[in-house]
Amino acid sequence: MDGPFATAFSLIASGDPALMQIIGLSLRVTLTAVLIACAVGLPLGAALALARFPGRGAVIVVFNALMGLPPVVAGLIVYLMLSRSGPLGSLALLFTPTAMIIAQTLLILPIVISLTRSVVEDLWAEYREQLLSLGAGRLRAVPTLLWDGRVSLLTGVLAGFGRASAEVGAVLIVGGNIAGHTRTMTTAITLETARGQLGLAVALGIILLTLTLTLNAVAWGAGQWARGRLG
Amino acid sequence: MGTGATGMMAARDLSASILPLSLDGVGYAVAGKPLLSDITLRIEAGRRLIVMGANGAGKSLFLRLCHGLIDPTTGRRLWASGEHRAEAQAMVLQRPVLLRRSVAANLDYPLALKGLPRADRREIVARTLDRFGLNALAERPARLLSGGEQQRLALARAWAMRPQVLFLDEPSSALDPSATKIIEEMVAQFSDEGMTIVMTTHNLGQARRLGDQVAFLHRGRLIEHRSAAEFFAGPETAEARAFLAGDLIW
Amino acid sequence: MIHARRFILSAASSLALIAAAPATAQGFITVASTTSTENSGLFEHILPIFQEETGIEVRVVSQGTGQALETGRRGDADVVFVHARAQEEAFVAEGYGVQRFDVMYNDFVIVGPNDDPAGLRDAADAAAAMAAIAGAEASFASRGDDSGTHVAEMNLWAAAGVETAGTWYLSTGSGMGATLNTAAQVPAYALTDRGTWLSFENRGDLEIVFEGDPVLFNPYGIILVNPERHAHVKAEQGQAFIDWIISDDGQTAIASFTVGSEQLFFPSAASE
Repeated sequence: MDGPFATAFSLIASGDPALMQIIGLSLRVTLTAVLIACAVGLPLGAALALARFPGRGAVIVVFNALMGLPPVVAGLIVYLMLSRSGPLGSLALLFTPTAMIIAQTLLILPIVISLTRSVVEDLWAEYREQLLSLGAGRLRAVPTLLWDGRVSLLTGVLAGFGRASAEVGAVLIVGGNIAGHTRTMTTAITLETARGQLGLAVALGIILLTLTLTLNAVAWGAGQWARGRLG
Repeated sequence: MGTGATGMMAARDLSASILPLSLDGVGYAVAGKPLLSDITLRIEAGRRLIVMGANGAGKSLFLRLCHGLIDPTTGRRLWASGEHRAEAQAMVLQRPVLLRRSVAANLDYPLALKGLPRADRREIVARTLDRFGLNALAERPARLLSGGEQQRLALARAWAMRPQVLFLDEPSSALDPSATKIIEEMVAQFSDEGMTIVMTTHNLGQARRLGDQVAFLHRGRLIEHRSAAEFFAGPETAEARAFLAGDLIW
Repeated sequence: MIHARRFILSAASSLALIAAAPATAQGFITVASTTSTENSGLFEHILPIFQEETGIEVRVVSQGTGQALETGRRGDADVVFVHARAQEEAFVAEGYGVQRFDVMYNDFVIVGPNDDPAGLRDAADAAAAMAAIAGAEASFASRGDDSGTHVAEMNLWAAAGVETAGTWYLSTGSGMGATLNTAAQVPAYALTDRGTWLSFENRGDLEIVFEGDPVLFNPYGIILVNPERHAHVKAEQGQAFIDWIISDDGQTAIASFTVGSEQLFFPSAASE
């Protein structure tokens, strides 16, 4: 019998359209979720770092805690919101890739916010006087700090990507693991495991790991390059 | 004032002087603990004021307060222009923070904050790179420059903002003698161009070379403010005498 | 800042992309079904035939029977296709479903370690087999997930008069495949539908140790979710799927599905 590595390789080599579709969907869902989480989380995290308001400490603690939100709970919340019997039922989003993106965004957002807050807060301590002296107010400082913290922030974004691409609980509940429509790498692995097709499941796992590894290697390389290039 | 560069920023009225800066009974306290007390002083246009005093006397705090990074908790700080925080000023911090981008981009940053049009900014940056001999370094990441180069860039960045008054906090404390000399020459040139200089230093030689006035701080109070010549010839206060003699004073 | 602007632009355009996505989804129905059906591979066999004939795409969400019925109850599926007769009838009686149709059946088998420590191979009927497991306190892996299979199992224990308490009784709270994986590891007895068993590869020492009692008959029903309760239900297409699956064409398609040359599901729709 072929080993899982051989299975993984021949799966890739065969260019099986169903597999390619699954890989494509997984990447699309997770990358979109990362993008949205960044668009929202980077400014929000930075604002949280610079703003002073009553209850700020509580907000920080909550976001830190939400980093540990079990995917299945995030999935359940989104499920109850998007279900036809839920408040957003009329949008007809349950069991669609959009629902999976929403659930994964919910998982990544606390990571992006908390990490951005921590990175920007540290940078702000270093930059505050200089930026004020140069004429930047707190609001104007936000994009500057985000840009100067980009290498550290990349780590947070990658952590978010890792969490989203590895999770199965949320996408299974809100996506439904519909063949050809909402089946991702992780839900496919779950299904093949349930079918007792462990070889195939491991092969899919190897492909997922390879993708994640490649992406991390590229990001790490970019980070190193930026560090050397920009100090 | 601004003799060499008036043409560059024709849109702004450089003739409107923000100076003199008047401090009237100014104090600064943190959590009820006074760090600066009852300082009254006028900084006239064209001066080279050296702020001296022992460690902890409040020199850096004094500069920050003048520059507007902190506001007085008592007394009044008044610019001739009436602004709360005058725009035509700049400060070189003791440890200047350079942004993680190129030398040219660092020069451009405060100009963009002022809302100058892109074309004007490009011209000012080019002129500044030229003047400070930074052309070869223009595209280099600022954070990877040597200590002397970084300090030169920090000064260039301040200069590019065309301030009427420039605050310098120990501008050469971390530099070797040759880099120190370069910085001193620059500060002298700025002054010759009409820029008002307010600077702290621990280096008595530097104070003698650059200063035309000395403000001496002791435990958060201004206890002497005289011409540099008079101060170095013979300070009025025992504390300043002891400081010049190299004694520890409390 | 240029970079920030570019970033926001790309984020915004990808948001627009997502918002546009559902509009393209036309001509499909959502069917809530059971993991055992999905795991068997039946849908991969019959759905392309249906889509070819009608152009309707069938999206199958496979869950436990309890969850699948709940999905229908919430209006998140157009059709439910499950195997737990009593619950299905309750579903219709409560007004969530329109009508239940018989579709097919398969049967349950009891699998266990090939050395058969509880002696199930000698059991006279299913109740005796279950009693033997309990009597020997041999390990038994249960779905424990309110699925049709789990309900069938509970009925068998009740028939055998056995209280399922003790360290020998392992409630996995997971799907059929996961439960079989557990049973293969322990090793333990388990009740499984034949379909999942035949397509399940990770068997370890497990074998079928008891089969053939008529009480192990496992009927599948199909129900259209009631459009009177959930107005958005695609009643027309949903009914088209139901009509097809109980038609001769659909029944033939089901009968032609085999795993390793064994037929898994036996058509049982009432012929008109």
